[in-house]
Amino acid sequence: MRQGSNSVQISAVGGQLPADAQAAFSMRGSLLRKNLLTVLLLAPATLWLVVFLVLPFVAIVIFSVGERAPEGGYQAALTLAQYANLPARATAFWNTMVLAPVGALACLLVAYPVAYYLALRAPQRWRLILLALIVIPFWTSLLMRTYAWMYILGGRGVPALLAYVGIEDLRLINTPGAVLLGIVYGYLPLMILPIYVSLERLDRRLLEASADLGATPLSTFLGVTLRLSLPGVTTGFSLVMILLLGEYLIPTLLGGGKVFFIGNALVDLFLQSRNWPFGSAIAITLVLVSVVVLIVANRISTRLSGARRVDLI
Amino acid sequence: MSKSYRDGLPISPEKFVDQLMRLKRGSISRRDFLGLTGLGVATAVMARELGVMPTPAFAAETLGDRMSIATWPNYHDPQTFENFKAETGVAVEVNVFGSNEEMLAKLQAGGSGWSLFVPTNYTISTYKKLGIIEPLDMAKLGNFDGKSEDSRFTAEGTIDGTIYAVPKNWGTTGFAVNTKKLTKPMSSWQEFWDTAMAEGDGRTMVHDYQLTTIGNALKYYGYSFNSLKQDELAKAEELLLKVKPHLFAVSSDYQPSMRSGDAWMTMCWTNDGAQLHRDIAEIAYVLGKEGGEIWTDFYAIPKDAPNKPAGYALLNYLMNPKVAVKEHLANGAPCTDARVNALLPKEVLDNPILYPAADLLKPLEFGAAATLTDPGRAELMARFKAA
Repeated sequence: MRQGSNSVQISAVGGQLPADAQAAFSMRGSLLRKNLLTVLLLAPATLWLVVFLVLPFVAIVIFSVGERAPEGGYQAALTLAQYANLPARATAFWNTMVLAPVGALACLLVAYPVAYYLALRAPQRWRLILLALIVIPFWTSLLMRTYAWMYILGGRGVPALLAYVGIEDLRLINTPGAVLLGIVYGYLPLMILPIYVSLERLDRRLLEASADLGATPLSTFLGVTLRLSLPGVTTGFSLVMILLLGEYLIPTLLGGGKVFFIGNALVDLFLQSRNWPFGSAIAITLVLVSVVVLIVANRISTRLSGARRVDLI
Repeated sequence: MSKSYRDGLPISPEKFVDQLMRLKRGSISRRDFLGLTGLGVATAVMARELGVMPTPAFAAETLGDRMSIATWPNYHDPQTFENFKAETGVAVEVNVFGSNEEMLAKLQAGGSGWSLFVPTNYTISTYKKLGIIEPLDMAKLGNFDGKSEDSRFTAEGTIDGTIYAVPKNWGTTGFAVNTKKLTKPMSSWQEFWDTAMAEGDGRTMVHDYQLTTIGNALKYYGYSFNSLKQDELAKAEELLLKVKPHLFAVSSDYQPSMRSGDAWMTMCWTNDGAQLHRDIAEIAYVLGKEGGEIWTDFYAIPKDAPNKPAGYALLNYLMNPKVAVKEHLANGAPCTDARVNALLPKEVLDNPILYPAADLLKPLEFGAAATLTDPGRAELMARFKAA
């Protein structure tokens, strides 16, 4: 029984899934029934992750050391040739490495004022409605919303309106600017919500204290507000950035397929040239890059916000 | 019956249980129960929608209630599938694709779920080699008549005497030009590519498709549309990379941009050319005099088709000249079947977009199977798109 209450404490302190799992293991031998319950409770999630995450990942790893069959697809082999061939997609990697941080930054610049307003300025009774308005577009498929932008930015959309006021022959669609706009639009809620959450928890007495001690509004913002909302900022930033690393739809539709990201390279390798092993090698590389991004973002956020550990997702 | 605001609303759970109990007690007839709870309407609809009660003509074989077909954009008369459903009770789910490569990839991966699909001529031998399409059971395709088909277009559906695919229609790959915006008359691929870098700067589209984009770049130098030769492909790549910064888009979905006036010129398939010209008279369809692609699209049935009976039933239905003629009027591509041509109006048969002059057809080439699986062309396309 003692052990049991102990383990409850551990999981409460840890507050994370692995801690629960450790607790479950520490109970081995005694309290078999409780143990069984834990296993049963964890089983669906574990099974789900094994079947839909671990096994496909293993398959991709196996594919990545194989060869392209003469008719396309995969044939068994043990070679690192696919990884050696990675420079053939260097441009795509480079484009992605530029797009992802720039896109995430643009998203952040738009999202922060919105989140700030929602958390600190908006009247209490409006807050929920405003939050809902931000989330509701998410209920429509991204494909549909991006297609809508194709028509808004296309010749009969905004440029036609601008022609009335004398700005003629302006091309908006299929430009890098259109891609950036699509990205900001598509991923904005993912940036707003984590920042909103961290700003909402902000203790306003700290702002008053800062002002009382003679800080200007700007330095209060930089030293207190921004600093304390950094966990939300890094969460949003890495969330958007990781999704952008795999983005292919928005560049295809709003960039006219002229700008080639690693996501586009993946789609083409699997669906057009059917070079599954090379595609798998790129997918593995992309996963590794994403992990590195997460670790770096975590480090930065830990350092900036004091020693406090931050969960990114 | 009372007219309350609740009329027409779905029955509440409490009310449903209440009615169910009354039915069990025998104080309500079964018909009333079905009527009150809405289950009567539901079963009637389900019986029709799900083909529980198929019409006599198809009752002999169980067709199931649904099937799916993989095909091309703007390629069918939607009414065809509605009519098929009304006759057989089989609902048809339509999957639209952008390239043959993509179709092949889905079939190779397995579990595509299609019971019928529309591959282009040059891919059929590869499907057969990979063993993913079914030799057609012609006994189930009574509406197909090999003798009425134009053999120029049907050859690649038959391999070693076995029929693997039957033709839907044929066509060409040329380019569409908005003649109000680009007034200089054009008649060659050389002019297409040169204009793309001059008057058509920022307004030209090429397919997101290796066969036609590389093939038509090869035509600039007069090489074969299907070339796999290193030096010839290198020249085509040089041209493509030079043109790339001037393009409006690399996309096979060019109708919206041509219609909105954003794009002035695009690589184009016959049927899209006919549709664009029909709706916007100033959009002309041009065949390059150097040559280019001629193609036939076929119907084939995958080996792992989940609903083969329905696949055959739909294919046989589509082979009925009376049905096929509507398909051709809707999608605009010329037909391989003489019985269908006999039913088509004269203005369709006289349309030079659909039936180009013989001297324009002569230099055209059918796509070659090797281009589908050649890694060299695939990598060239990737370099072009990444540039």
